[in-house]
Amino acid sequence: MVPNVESLDRKNDTKDAKLQEAVNAIVRVSHGMEVEAAIHPALSNLVDNDVVLRIQDFSLWYGKAQALFHIGMDIPKGKVTALIGPSGCGKSTLLRSVNRLNDLIDGVRISGDMLLNGDSIYAPDVDVIELRKRMGMVSQKPNPFPMSIYENVVFPLRIDGIRDRKILDEVCERSLRGAALWDEVKDRLQESALALSGGQQQRLCIARAIAADPEVLLMDEPASSLDPIATAKVEELIHQLRGEYTILIVTHNMQQAARVSDFTAFMYMGRLIEYAPTGVIFVKPQLKETEDYILGRFG
Amino acid sequence: MSVETLKEEELQLDLTTQKPSEVSKRAVALAAHGTPYLWLMGGMLGIAVVMIVGLLMLVAVMGSLTFWPVKIVQYEAVDGKRYLGEVTRIETYRPSKEQVAQLPEEHREKAQQFLEDREGLSERYLVRTGNYELTNTHFHWVSDFQIQTTTYPEWAFIWERLSWGRFYGILKGFQVDGKTVTEDTLETYRLFQNYFPEVQKKRKLIYHQEKEVLGSLNYKLEQARLNVRDKELKLRKATEKNRSALEQSLKKAQANYTELKERIEAEYGKVRSQIEALKGDTQRYTLLVEISDGSIATLPLATVVRGYPANRMGWFERLSVYIDRWKEFLSEEPREANSEGGVFPAIFGTVVMTLLMSLVVSPLGVIAALYLREYARAGYLVSAVRIALNNLAGVPSIVFGVFGVGFFCYFLGTSIDQLFFEARLPNPTYGTGGILWSALTLALLTLPVVIVASEEALSAVPNSMREGSYACGASKWQTIQRIVIPRALPGILTGMILAMARGAGEVAPLMLVGAVKLAPELPVDGNFPFIHLERSFMHLGFHIYDVGFQSQNSEAAKPMVFTTTLLLILIIVILNLVAIHLRNRLYKKFISREV
Ligand SMILES: Nc1ncnc2c1ncn2[C@@H]1O[C@H](COP(=O)(O)OP(=O)(O)OP(=O)(O)O)[C@@H](O)[C@H]1O
Ligand SMILES: [Mg+2]
Repeated sequence: MVPNVESLDRKNDTKDAKLQEAVNAIVRVSHGMEVEAAIHPALSNLVDNDVVLRIQDFSLWYGKAQALFHIGMDIPKGKVTALIGPSGCGKSTLLRSVNRLNDLIDGVRISGDMLLNGDSIYAPDVDVIELRKRMGMVSQKPNPFPMSIYENVVFPLRIDGIRDRKILDEVCERSLRGAALWDEVKDRLQESALALSGGQQQRLCIARAIAADPEVLLMDEPASSLDPIATAKVEELIHQLRGEYTILIVTHNMQQAARVSDFTAFMYMGRLIEYAPTGVIFVKPQLKETEDYILGRFG
Repeated sequence: MSVETLKEEELQLDLTTQKPSEVSKRAVALAAHGTPYLWLMGGMLGIAVVMIVGLLMLVAVMGSLTFWPVKIVQYEAVDGKRYLGEVTRIETYRPSKEQVAQLPEEHREKAQQFLEDREGLSERYLVRTGNYELTNTHFHWVSDFQIQTTTYPEWAFIWERLSWGRFYGILKGFQVDGKTVTEDTLETYRLFQNYFPEVQKKRKLIYHQEKEVLGSLNYKLEQARLNVRDKELKLRKATEKNRSALEQSLKKAQANYTELKERIEAEYGKVRSQIEALKGDTQRYTLLVEISDGSIATLPLATVVRGYPANRMGWFERLSVYIDRWKEFLSEEPREANSEGGVFPAIFGTVVMTLLMSLVVSPLGVIAALYLREYARAGYLVSAVRIALNNLAGVPSIVFGVFGVGFFCYFLGTSIDQLFFEARLPNPTYGTGGILWSALTLALLTLPVVIVASEEALSAVPNSMREGSYACGASKWQTIQRIVIPRALPGILTGMILAMARGAGEVAPLMLVGAVKLAPELPVDGNFPFIHLERSFMHLGFHIYDVGFQSQNSEAAKPMVFTTTLLLILIIVILNLVAIHLRNRLYKKFISREV
């Protein structure tokens, strides 16, 4: 059911026609006032209490080039939501918009807004630093800091000025246990984090992301640079974190999306195309474009 | 035979048939090949390496041989003259006809024969004969054909002295208080060994008394005098309101000064008489020495720094003289216009100046790089700064020296003097060359190096790290301080190493802003406030220039040039090694295991 490289190649000849068709559909729906993404009824009428993050008619430009078009979706609390879509469709951009990392890039412009538990993210008077403290982020490539394992994990607390050794120790252990790394590193917490293997580093970054008890956990292809065993560990981790944390995860791996997520959003060329429970989207997608992508007919 | 070996044979056959065609192809397209250029470049590189290594070897060998005690030779020339001393150089040359003609008649023919056998060439030896006050020269050339006999007298002695250079002679007798105690050589040698350490100890004591004790007394008195002068100047500018208070304080200062002066003068007298007593003690002993013309000369023991019978010494004793000379070289002050003695003040000055410079240039450079890399937005200002930096890196160092004199010494220094050291005027305090101005000038000179290296190091910090930090909720400054700088530190240190290497070897600007031939006082001493950054200082690089090219006794100073050069190179190497070691440790800690 899941496409592999060969099947992608075989479909090459039909790709262009299909692609054009899909684009036409998207251009059709994204013009005019109402943005018609196919949103499953289970997700379209959530009450405030069930929603952690509301994305409202959100668009983003890198200079003159528009990267996101009128995205509107609600991320339910305590669930895992997967973002899928072909490369370059704006998944990372959307994810980075949530904690305003795109602010660091020159020439980025946005319209629309996002609400984190009801608080605007893009209102002019928002304290970005405080905002970012409410979220954790795991990026595609592990990015441990040049310091000890211990200091890496407690970094979010350190910058808050927390010096109490007891609190720090406790957070360090809890986070590392949460990231399934505690047993491997508990004897060498003072060693450099850069001496860890790639998979360990990625789990360390996860530990760092959950250290400050975030409201949302943003993960951008957290397993893309990992071997199958480490990937399995990360997935296992996501399973464990489900319920406690709200997770927004970007992945290219359909199987992974199917395995770990409760809901899946399919994006294409900066648009949200379909957003539905994972079971629905992988078995019986509403739109043809989604089905084509999932089956590997394009992208 | 198995199938596989057969195949292998076939393969080999194949190769041999292909080879010739390949060779011919290469010959045709020689110019198109990179190979000749590669050889050319490799050859050039090789030559460069050989030259550098050769230079270093030369400096190392010559520099380390300077202090090795060589034998004392005595040449007896055919005209009856005798030359006693150390051979410092040997040359082959073509003697002129007149030189031979000057020889006594009975030897002329023999010398001519001697030269003919060697196709007109002769060796000549540069003999350091010393005894300058008697002969008016330190060196003599002696040619092969002039020499009648060559001997190495057992009791030939060499003495290094406080002044007048070396003294060569044969030990004959010992005098105490002007009366000859013995004329037996062995006994004299025993007495010399017996009394010399004591005399030396006393001389050191005299030196200490004169320099440290009297020096600090003078310093105290001078401070008190300046205090009075300061109060006077203040009173001159007084307003009605504080006049009486100032008058009071002037009176107090004056009283303090007169009281101090009395006390110090008393003490001064005491120390002086102590010194006189010590001097009297050391002057009691005199050596009787037979010099090369056969007469007996007297050599006061008080003037001798070191003496040894070179021809009687074994390998081990020579080594101990060698080590002793190095010790002197590294720890003492120079004597005799820098051509003898030690270079300690120069070492000290070089190291202190270099460290001071690093202390100034590092934060400045790092902050500038941080601004350029992390804060500034691309624009005219940043472009202007970059252009200025690049130009700064290309400015000849002497120009920095001129700037240093003009800006630091004359402008800044004079202003400081007028504000804070008015009492000392017209004598400048900061208004003239000094170690602080030198360090600042060199800091300016090396600033571009540090900035460029730091910028590079900062831009090598992966953006993902910065983003990770921001995503954790860190502010910009926290990110820079906790993530960016630690990660860039090894690269920043590399810049500092380069700057230090450049700064420590730079001489030209220093000649203008504070390096001097002989600095009476070190920039750090026991007088309050202990660190005197306004003082001029000695610098090894300048010392090399001075010894090598400004010395009166340049032939004697030549070996010192090599030794001092060796030392300067060693110091720079050591400074760099320390910094490199530090950098590597940081590198291991922060970067090496990154994925
Ligand atoms: N810093 C940037 N400046 C300009 N354009 C950018 C920048 N980052 C991304 N883009 C553009 O925005 C679009 C979306 O990029 P984004 O990184 O969000 O894609 P993605 O869905 O994450 O792709 P992938 O699956 O390959 O990671 C792309 O067309 C990309 O070229
Ligand atoms: Mg991406």
